[in-house]
Amino acid sequence: MSEQTGMFGVHGSGDTSGFGGLVRSAVSTGSTERPYGGYFDDIADDLERAYPEFNDAIERVVVDRGELTLHVKREKLFDVAMKLRDTESLRFELCLGVNGVHYPSDAGRELHAVYPLLSMTHNRRIRLEVSVPDVDPHIPSLVEVWAGNNWHERETFDMFGIIFDGHPGLTRILMPDDWPGHPQRKDYPLGGISIEYKGATVPAPSERRSYN
Amino acid sequence: MSNQNSQEDMYASSRETTEGRVYSVTGGDWDSLVTEIGQTKEERVVVNMGPQHPSTHGVLRLVLELEGETITEARAGIGYLHTGIEKNTEYRTWTQGVTFVTRMDYLAPLFNEAAYCLGVEKLLGITNDIPERASVIRVMMMELNRISSHMVALGTGALELGALSPMIFAFREREMVLDIFELVSGLRMNMAYIRPGGVAQDVPAGAVTKIRETVKTLRKNFKDNEKLLVGNTIWMKRTKDIGYLDLAGCITLGVTGPVLRSTGMPWDLRKTQPYSGYENYDFDVITTDTCDVYGRFLIRMQELEQSLRIIEQACDKLDQLEGAPVMVADKKIAWPAQLSVGGDGMGNSLNHIREIMGESMEALIHHFKLVTEGFRVPAGQVYSAVESPRGETGVHLVSDGGTHPYRMHFREPSFNNLQSTAAMAEGGMIADVIGAVASIDPVMGGVDR
Repeated sequence: MSEQTGMFGVHGSGDTSGFGGLVRSAVSTGSTERPYGGYFDDIADDLERAYPEFNDAIERVVVDRGELTLHVKREKLFDVAMKLRDTESLRFELCLGVNGVHYPSDAGRELHAVYPLLSMTHNRRIRLEVSVPDVDPHIPSLVEVWAGNNWHERETFDMFGIIFDGHPGLTRILMPDDWPGHPQRKDYPLGGISIEYKGATVPAPSERRSYN
Repeated sequence: MSNQNSQEDMYASSRETTEGRVYSVTGGDWDSLVTEIGQTKEERVVVNMGPQHPSTHGVLRLVLELEGETITEARAGIGYLHTGIEKNTEYRTWTQGVTFVTRMDYLAPLFNEAAYCLGVEKLLGITNDIPERASVIRVMMMELNRISSHMVALGTGALELGALSPMIFAFREREMVLDIFELVSGLRMNMAYIRPGGVAQDVPAGAVTKIRETVKTLRKNFKDNEKLLVGNTIWMKRTKDIGYLDLAGCITLGVTGPVLRSTGMPWDLRKTQPYSGYENYDFDVITTDTCDVYGRFLIRMQELEQSLRIIEQACDKLDQLEGAPVMVADKKIAWPAQLSVGGDGMGNSLNHIREIMGESMEALIHHFKLVTEGFRVPAGQVYSAVESPRGETGVHLVSDGGTHPYRMHFREPSFNNLQSTAAMAEGGMIADVIGAVASIDPVMGGVDR
C-alpha cells in the first residue's frame, strides 16, 4: 500500500478538486495554410513586404477562432515588433502586455510568452508568441518598443522566470523580492509554500493536517 | 543606543540606515520632524507614501523623491494584495472561474466576469449562440456597474483632494445601483452573475420597473455632484493641467479608458470592437482634449449619462424579450439549475431540486457531472476584451481540452495604467500626485490579482 501524506492524500500538483487525474498536455494546433481569411492575409503580406526576413523569423502562423497568432523566433522578436509598430499599413501601436504560459511537456520550448497587439489605426488585433527552453529562458525585452510592457514583463519574470534581456529593471513585482520560485509555473504547487511570518511558521496547506 | 532613545516610540522615531537617515511619521509629529529635517544638509528627501495611506486606493505604495515640494522621481510599489487568483483558477472548473475573476477589480466585478465569459464562449465556439436576452442583461448590468464604479472614482477622488460633500452624493447613488445588483443577483458585489453561456438567472419580476425608476432618480441626483464640482474654481485649481499625459504618452504606456479619452482619442471598445450587442445601442463616446485630471473627471461625469441611456434602451429590449432564455441551449454547457429566492435566501430553485431528487435519475447524474466535473473546453487560446470603467480589461485564456483553464491571465487596466504615475507625477508638486493617481482610478484588487 502506498503511503498517504498531506491533505486528502494529494501528491504533486496540490490539486484538491479531485480531478487531478484529468491532467493532459495542451495540444499545439499546428500551422495554418493560406488563405488565412479576413485581414490576416493583408497583415502577413504587409509584414512580409516590410520585413524581408519574414520566413526566417516567423516559425508558424496559426489562425484559430478568428484570431491570428504569429510564432516568432526570439532572436527576431525585437525586429518584428518594430516593423509591426512602425509600418504604416500595420501600425500596431498598442501592446497589451505579455503573458507567460508554461508547457512542461513541450520539450525544448517549455516557456511561452504571448503578446496581444492592437492597432487602433486599422482596428485590428493579432498575437505574437515566443517560445524558449526552460534551461535558457531569455527573451529580448520589448520595453523600448512599447514602454507599457515594463510592468508586464516584470510580472512574467516574477511568475514564470522568463528573463527579458534589456529590460531597464527586471525585478519581481507582485511577489516579495526574496521569494523563491516562480508561482505560475506548472511545477509550482498551489498554496504549497510554508510562510514564515515574524518568526512563526504557517505550514503549507498540504501539511497542516492529514486524514490518514 | 542611549537610554533615552530606547524609551522612544519605535514606530515614530528616526534612525540611521545605509541609505541615509530614515524618519517614521505617524501624524501629529510634523513640527518636530520639520525642525529635524531642516537641520540636515541633504536637499533630497525620499518620501514613502503608503502602502497604508488613505489616498492610495487600497494598498499602493508610492516612493517619491522630492526636491522641496517638487517630485523628481516617482515609483509605484505594488503586490500587497496579490492573492494568486490566476493560479487558483487552474484548479477550478471553467464555471467556478467566474467566482474568482469577479474578485479581481472589485469595483467592476461584472466587467471581469464578462471579459472572462466572452473568452470561454469564444473557446467553446458558442459566441453566436448566447441568447439575446442574456446579452441584453449583461449590457444592462455592466452599465449599472460602470455607474457604481465611476461613483467611487469621483467620490473618493474628490475626497482625496479635500472635497468632502461629493463623496456623500456619490455613495448615495452607488448604493442605489448596488440595491439593483442585490435585487437581480442576490449580491451587492462579487456576484458571479455572468456565467459561461449566459447569466446565472433571469432578472426577477418587477426588476425592470425598479431599474427604470432608479435611472430617473439617478439622472436627477447626478446634478448634485455636477453643481458641486463642474466649473468649481477650487476644484479646477486642484485638477486643471494636473497629471498631464498626452496621446503619445498614453499609447506608448498602453493606457486605455478615460485617461486615453482625455487626450481626445475616441477609443472605446464598445464602439470600435463591439461585443454583447453594443452595436445595437445608441450612445456617445465622451472625450476631452485637456489630457489632465479635470478632463478625466469630466469624462467620467458625462459617461454616467451615456450609461443611463444604454440602460434605458436595455430595459426596452428586456420588455420585448420577456420570457426568452438567459442561458445557452446546449445542455452540456448550460448550468443545470436556475437560482431562485427562497425563505432562507438565494439558492437552487425548488422545482429543480424536486426534479433531480424525486423524478429523474438522469437529471441528477447530469447535474452532478456538470456541477462537480464541469464541461470540457476544446484546446486552444483566445484573447477577449471589454471596455471596463478603467480601460481595456483583456483576458488571455489557454485551454488544453480539459475541464479547467490551463492558463488564465487578466490584462488589468489598473495594473497597466498605474505605470503612468511616474509620467504624470514627476516634475509636479507632491500635493498633485494624489489627484493624478485618483484620475487613473486604480483598484488594487485588480492591479495585484
